[in-house]
Amino acid sequence: MIAFGQFLEVLIGGLMSGVLYSLVALGFVLIFKASGVFNYAQGAMVLLAGLALVRALDLLVANGFPLWVAVVLAIGFAAVIMAATAWLIERFVIGPLVNQDALTLFMSTIGVTFVIEGVAEMIFGSDVYPLRLFPTDAWFLFEGLFPGGILVNKLDVWGALIAGILVGGLAIFFQRTKTGRALRAVADDHLAAHSVGIPISWIWFVVWLVAGLVALVAATVWGTKLGVQFSITFLALKALPVLIIGGLTSIPGAIVGGLIVGAGEKIAEVYLGPSIGGGIEYWFAYVLALAVLLVRPQGLFGERIIERI
Amino acid sequence: MAGIARNVLILAAALSGAAFSAPAAAQNEQFVPILSYRTGPYAVNGAPYANGVVDYYNLINERDGGINGVKILFEECETAYATDKGVECYERLKSKGPTGAAFINPLSTGITFALTEKTATDKIPIITMGYGRADSKNGAVFAYNFPLLGTYWSAADIAIQHIAKELGGFDKLKGRKISLLYHDSPYGKEPIPMLQVLAQKYGFEFTPIPVTHPGVEQKSQWLAIRQQRPDYVLVWGWGVMNSTAIKEAAAVAYPRDKLVGVWWSGAEPDVTPAGDQAAGYKSLMLQHGAGKFPVHADLEKYIYAKGKGSTEPGKIGEVLYNRGLANAMLGVEAIRKAQEKFGKKPLTGEQVRWGLENLILTDARIKELGFEGMLKPVSISCSDHEGARYGRVQQWDGKGWKIISDWYTADESLIEPLVADVSAKYAAEKKIKPRDCAKET
Amino acid sequence: MLYREAGQFKTTYAEDMAIFPIRQDRIALAILVGIAFIGVPLLATFHVWPFGSDYLLWAILLPFLILALAAIGTNILVGYCGQISLGSGAFMAIGAYSAYKLATGVHIPLASLGFAIAIPPLPVLASILLGGLMSAGVGILFGIPSLRIKGLYLAVATLAAQFFFDWAFLRLPWFTNYAPSGSVNAPELDFFGVVVRTPVERYLLCLLFVTVLAVLAKNLVRGNLGRQWMAIRDMDIAAELIGIRPLYAKLTAFAVSSFIIGVAGALWGFVYLGSWEPLAFSIERSLDLLFMVIIGGLGSIMGSFIGAAFILIVPILLNVLPTELGLPLSTQTITHLQFIIFGSLICYLLIKEPHGFARLISIGKEKLRLWPFPY
Repeated sequence: MIAFGQFLEVLIGGLMSGVLYSLVALGFVLIFKASGVFNYAQGAMVLLAGLALVRALDLLVANGFPLWVAVVLAIGFAAVIMAATAWLIERFVIGPLVNQDALTLFMSTIGVTFVIEGVAEMIFGSDVYPLRLFPTDAWFLFEGLFPGGILVNKLDVWGALIAGILVGGLAIFFQRTKTGRALRAVADDHLAAHSVGIPISWIWFVVWLVAGLVALVAATVWGTKLGVQFSITFLALKALPVLIIGGLTSIPGAIVGGLIVGAGEKIAEVYLGPSIGGGIEYWFAYVLALAVLLVRPQGLFGERIIERI
Repeated sequence: MAGIARNVLILAAALSGAAFSAPAAAQNEQFVPILSYRTGPYAVNGAPYANGVVDYYNLINERDGGINGVKILFEECETAYATDKGVECYERLKSKGPTGAAFINPLSTGITFALTEKTATDKIPIITMGYGRADSKNGAVFAYNFPLLGTYWSAADIAIQHIAKELGGFDKLKGRKISLLYHDSPYGKEPIPMLQVLAQKYGFEFTPIPVTHPGVEQKSQWLAIRQQRPDYVLVWGWGVMNSTAIKEAAAVAYPRDKLVGVWWSGAEPDVTPAGDQAAGYKSLMLQHGAGKFPVHADLEKYIYAKGKGSTEPGKIGEVLYNRGLANAMLGVEAIRKAQEKFGKKPLTGEQVRWGLENLILTDARIKELGFEGMLKPVSISCSDHEGARYGRVQQWDGKGWKIISDWYTADESLIEPLVADVSAKYAAEKKIKPRDCAKET
Repeated sequence: MLYREAGQFKTTYAEDMAIFPIRQDRIALAILVGIAFIGVPLLATFHVWPFGSDYLLWAILLPFLILALAAIGTNILVGYCGQISLGSGAFMAIGAYSAYKLATGVHIPLASLGFAIAIPPLPVLASILLGGLMSAGVGILFGIPSLRIKGLYLAVATLAAQFFFDWAFLRLPWFTNYAPSGSVNAPELDFFGVVVRTPVERYLLCLLFVTVLAVLAKNLVRGNLGRQWMAIRDMDIAAELIGIRPLYAKLTAFAVSSFIIGVAGALWGFVYLGSWEPLAFSIERSLDLLFMVIIGGLGSIMGSFIGAAFILIVPILLNVLPTELGLPLSTQTITHLQFIIFGSLICYLLIKEPHGFARLISIGKEKLRLWPFPY
């Protein structure tokens, strides 16, 4: 019974932390779907959004604004920063690189990563800035059933809730709004979309903006978890296997991928790790992704890749 | 496109002109390189340390006009805690100034490992205060390494001593569970052999738990800790790993006062991100802690009053800032000592090495330097490059660090055999003939 | 005027198919090789500017040569065969650690089978080459998924290799001969009695490796195999239809590429670092290598050298320049600026010339042919 309780705890903890990866992975999917760009800068964008948010928040609170006003204003400020970033990236990098192959686009986003990291740290500082938007303590469920109960972190629950709302919101945005439909048209074939009068650069700006806002949401959760600091950029590497498993083009896939990765790596680490040296979650997600790709080369929910001569 | 090519050419020309022309420095200056990291994942801890070092050198120049009239010329090079960048920085700075680098101070165990052989060839001492290779305490083999004031093996021993004291004696350690949560790098791995020796001697169960660089994801480690329920967890982290460990401990409701950090896991940036959750967290002290001492008054008077400080005045007195000061002071005193023998002029690394190896700081001298209450006497010799192995334990009460223990001294009889063993292996591997310390003067 | 082929007649097919069919190219290359093999060591031995200190040799030329070699290896896979790999760092690590194990003696106790495999310590040269072979073997293994997975998906799949080997060399003490810190020390560089110690000797050693392997690679990509790789790169299905076996072509590309990268890794550990930990071969190294081949030019051996020089030297330059010019900037600002400028420079280059420096050079050659007349 104790063993089962512990297993349940690891499973729930893993699923939850997987959802937190999904928050970062969602941004990747959005951009890849609409412009075929594999955006390595997503991690850096989370850092930028987080720094803008927390610095503005600290400044406003220090100047005597009530907390909720400060939070709203700071989120607004960070959103403006992300909009500016989206515009700059579209205007100066992705726009000029249209029609280049995927690898060139990918490398250019690494260049963008360097620039964002440099600018963000230069303007907002390279210290660690605590952010406390959500509770971080834990619930202990079923204490009567299992000794010690099953631990569930409140922050993880908040993260899962936010991810759920985000996916719902994005689904409505893509299915019901005019811009959303235009986005899907551009994603299918940007030349055809262009010829029926969809303004491509505007659409790409919107995509990068939405990805920036998703980064902002991820920053609120991860900033609360870690404190806003440079290490947040490493999340990009944790999110990669998530979106590969889910499929690069599928929004629900990002969530499902996150659940699989989170649960898989935590269970592997806790139950398999000690016998072979520990720290295996470092690569476990990637090997899992490799295994999934061997069966389905486009990921679980990705669009089928059709090749013609 | 021709434009790019031309710009590249101009840039290249500027490089060859700038980087390799001899710096137009005055001849009566002692060059000291500073390898620092103010960017990247470890900047949070690297910056306050570097500020302390820079401010102390400035203080010596402003207050005393240098070391016996020889001004300190220093230059910072950013390593971002990366080994390859550290090696590049070392090569860039080692022969600057009239006599080359006096000593080097990488603040990274990884860079220390990479430079150990190079510094011996170039005859430049490498000071690793409270970090670096634990076996390099043996100066007979490691002529140029100086792990001053305490190695990781000393730290491990002091931590266990403190735990034993809290439990009520060494015999109470028997059957207890102590886990080590460590940064998976040479830095975090260094204490493991010593802890294994201690576990065998005192009969506690020792579990090492690795955390992958940079340490932002520790959920599974803490779930495992929650299941194993160890009596104590030693935290051997750096940068974001420390605060994350404290937060995760809080999340699994592991009591924070059962966490004992090493002296690199016990500074303000390690606890403040965790907020109230960090209250009760303990860590070792590399002798000194936070707070202001007489030397800080001088810093305020000669540096900060003139607006030349490298940080906000409110931040002087932080743990890592103070460590930077102490580190710089030991280097300066080694140069001063070497000047007694070789004359009051810029010295080479080899000469400074002699100064380090013969450096003795008494209580009186430490008081003179304004470090009273921060450091205990130091006495370095050929066979003992560590110089002192004291430590205390401090506890974070939510607002500041409180010292909660007396002085501990690491147990020589346990550490020495391990040092002899591992350093002999190194000597054999590198074909180094150990010096005979009895013949050194 | 100077760069003109007029009058250079080729009377045999062999002449027509030479690596450098144009005489001026051959002369330029001969001068370059002469400078590298004779000029640089001479200047360095006598400490003539710019070799006054060891800095240029130790911190620029040595890593440049080794990284250029690794970039050639990466270019064979990514540039010639079109298989995107983010695992180059791991293959460097495999080369380095295999060479280390072989040079210090391998002992695999197979207690359950009742015997042990023991190989005595091998000479350094053999260790380095076998390290490369070991890397080639693992390369083939991790190349197998490429038969099914393509493009960016493959890139992420190669990350599995990167992270797995990062972990293995960090966590499995057997690879580091149970060193307590997990950091290993290279053996003495003894080549048939000649011990390589000084920077100049190290430089010449690496130069020798790089020259030999670069010539080999250049000839390989011009031959049958190289053409198969390029056919696969340009369109794998079409290549398959005209009778190229993707299995053979892709796996040979993985093998050759991993071999070269593995040798580069062994040199990086043995000759440049001397003592290293797995972090020396992290994902950042892989990304750097990928940058080198893209900035230098996909499918160009010369481009690999230029790309390596660019990615290695520009950040150092940006870091050194402000201090040397005496600009009153803090170390922090300089580093941030370095990031910003370097990132912008990469984006700028990718936009202006997506085919890299190699393409620039061939444009330059075209212009030189006509110069000084416009037609």
